[in-house]
Amino acid sequence: MVPLPSSAAVETSPSPSPLSVKKIVLPLAVILVVGFSLAPILWQVLTSVKTNADIAAVPNVYLPTRFTLEHYIEIFRRRPFLSYMLNSFMVATISTLLCLLIGTPAAYALARLKLPGEQAILAIVLIITLFPYILLFLGLLEIVRALGLANNYLALVIPYTAINVPLTILVMRSFFQQLPRDLEDSAKVDGYGTWQMLAQILVPLTVPALVTTGILTFISAWNEFLFALTFITRESLKTIPVAVAQISGTAAFEIPYGPLAAATVVGTLPLVALVLLFQRRIVQGLTAGAVKG
Amino acid sequence: MAKLELIHLNKTYTPKVIPVKDLTLSVEDHEFLTLLGPSGCGKSTTLRMIAGLEQPTRGEVRIGGQDVSRKSAGDRNIAMVFQSYALYPHMSVYDNMASGLKLRKMPSGEIRSRIEEVSRFLGLKDLLDRRPGKLSGGQRQRVALGRALVRQPDVFLLDEPLSNLDALLREQVRAELKQIFASQATPVVYVTHDQTEAMTLSSQVALLNDGYLQQLASPKQIYSQPANRFVAGFIGSPQMNLLELPCRENYALLGNSKIPLPTSFAPPPHVVLGIRPEHARIARPEEAITVTGTIILVEHLGMSNLVSLRVAGSESITVRALLSAEQSWQGNQITLAFPPEHTHWFHVETGDRLPDAE
Ligand SMILES: Nc1ncnc2c1ncn2[C@@H]1O[C@H](COP(=O)(O)OP(=O)(O)OP(=O)(O)O)[C@@H](O)[C@H]1O
Ligand SMILES: [Mg+2]
Repeated sequence: MVPLPSSAAVETSPSPSPLSVKKIVLPLAVILVVGFSLAPILWQVLTSVKTNADIAAVPNVYLPTRFTLEHYIEIFRRRPFLSYMLNSFMVATISTLLCLLIGTPAAYALARLKLPGEQAILAIVLIITLFPYILLFLGLLEIVRALGLANNYLALVIPYTAINVPLTILVMRSFFQQLPRDLEDSAKVDGYGTWQMLAQILVPLTVPALVTTGILTFISAWNEFLFALTFITRESLKTIPVAVAQISGTAAFEIPYGPLAAATVVGTLPLVALVLLFQRRIVQGLTAGAVKG
Repeated sequence: MAKLELIHLNKTYTPKVIPVKDLTLSVEDHEFLTLLGPSGCGKSTTLRMIAGLEQPTRGEVRIGGQDVSRKSAGDRNIAMVFQSYALYPHMSVYDNMASGLKLRKMPSGEIRSRIEEVSRFLGLKDLLDRRPGKLSGGQRQRVALGRALVRQPDVFLLDEPLSNLDALLREQVRAELKQIFASQATPVVYVTHDQTEAMTLSSQVALLNDGYLQQLASPKQIYSQPANRFVAGFIGSPQMNLLELPCRENYALLGNSKIPLPTSFAPPPHVVLGIRPEHARIARPEEAITVTGTIILVEHLGMSNLVSLRVAGSESITVRALLSAEQSWQGNQITLAFPPEHTHWFHVETGDRLPDAE
């Protein structure tokens, strides 16, 4: 009875090795990658709920010994953080909507109509997405000053929209191109007019792409720093990135780690919520089943 | 239900791309017309012009005697089945079928009863709530067909509706299509490049090539009396033997054999002889007009053997004959007879059929 299991073990010993590579190395790699990308965020979250004593402790305290919300309370009480968030939200939302409103019809035209000079238009659009927009900064500053747009949402909404429209056009165009053309023809034969077709066929099918490009635009507008810093000087109109950067301690040499971390978390949460909310829409392939797969 | 007429239809995309050059034909009630032709010959373009998805450059489309060339697709009361089915992915099967009727402001009670009737007929009853994404290819095909049938249009248009199905299903659906459209009085225009589909389904076949109508005839006639060399070569599988031969007096010379020309036309210097492989047979000893050759290839097709032979006395010419599996021969020499009633003659340059005897 005894030798049986041992011989079985000898026989099977070569086979577990590839299995164990999969079983050990793969999860390990996943943990490493996830840890690597999430560590800074985790550190911020932890810092934001630590007491000042824990933050300043010299052998680092990794897990907070006492949980506190004082930093959160501080940023909302000492500063108008709610209005910063509202500003960011307004600017990002308006430029996202404008971007989709301008970019989507343009993308549809570029995908479906045989326009003369289509290649040239696409090349220009592509070049604009590659252009480092910081180089436009001084010129824009002059324009903002000349038009008296300083301290106005428009000073941010217009450049954010302009910067993101080319990307919207490119993404939406490739989406429209993979949308089967027969679908529109079929709708025409069924008797849909242009607007009915747009509202009842095209837009419902376009939602995943609209959401994806919309989120990209929203994030880029939400996080933009340089224009927001320069074109807006009135406290009540400032956006989150500027506000976070301006948090400073009561004393000149003290870095207020706690409030900074809390502000970062608060500033990031809306984006996380947004992505989670629309995640299903992004992943979903709504066109599945339109044509023979 | 209405007569469909195409009158001198032309579609010019660019001076070089003219898929439809001059097409005139008509389809009556109860007729099933198939547009057949090689890839790129303008079948889909023709169908799209009938549907109103493409504007003809010249010519007219008439439905029930009315010129509809300027009407939009939605106003023509036609229904179309697309090769890709083109179902609306965000709508249930029921809504897919109902959408065309709703847009025509049909009362919902009538919509419901029409969809019920058609879906019972097509076996879609249990699928009405599903989205197209949750259906198999065959089921999607049926939904596309159902969407056309509930419309009860003036004309049905189908663009290669079977080409996305696997071979087995295709045969089954082909038989069903035949039954469905036999029970409808509405004219049908069906596009395919599959000649089996064309031959089995249609009452009329329009063979297109190069933007022109090559022949419009019943499947039987298009097989037995091809109007020109192109039709002869396109219809039938294995392909017809088309041999370009010199003529002397009133014989065509094929190797060492003399094949008499019909008396119905004056002997030209050269002529094209056409004989289908299935019509060539092993000669009986008493026959005088025969062709002898050396076998170079035998392909076994189950019921029959496809034999290729090189004609004695004219080494560049090969002739293929489809011989039933029971027939046997000795050695690698074989003598064939070409029955005169199955021989076709074509003009060398124009390719047109030369008149038959009588
Ligand atoms: N919108 C268009 N612009 C320019 N040329 C076109 C257009 N649509 C079709 N063509 C050309 O017209 C010709 C005929 O196309 P069509 O789709 O009618 O062929 P088909 O007979 O349906 O072929 P297949 O059997 O491959 O479907 C092709 O050479 C095609 O390239
Ligand atoms: Mg086609």
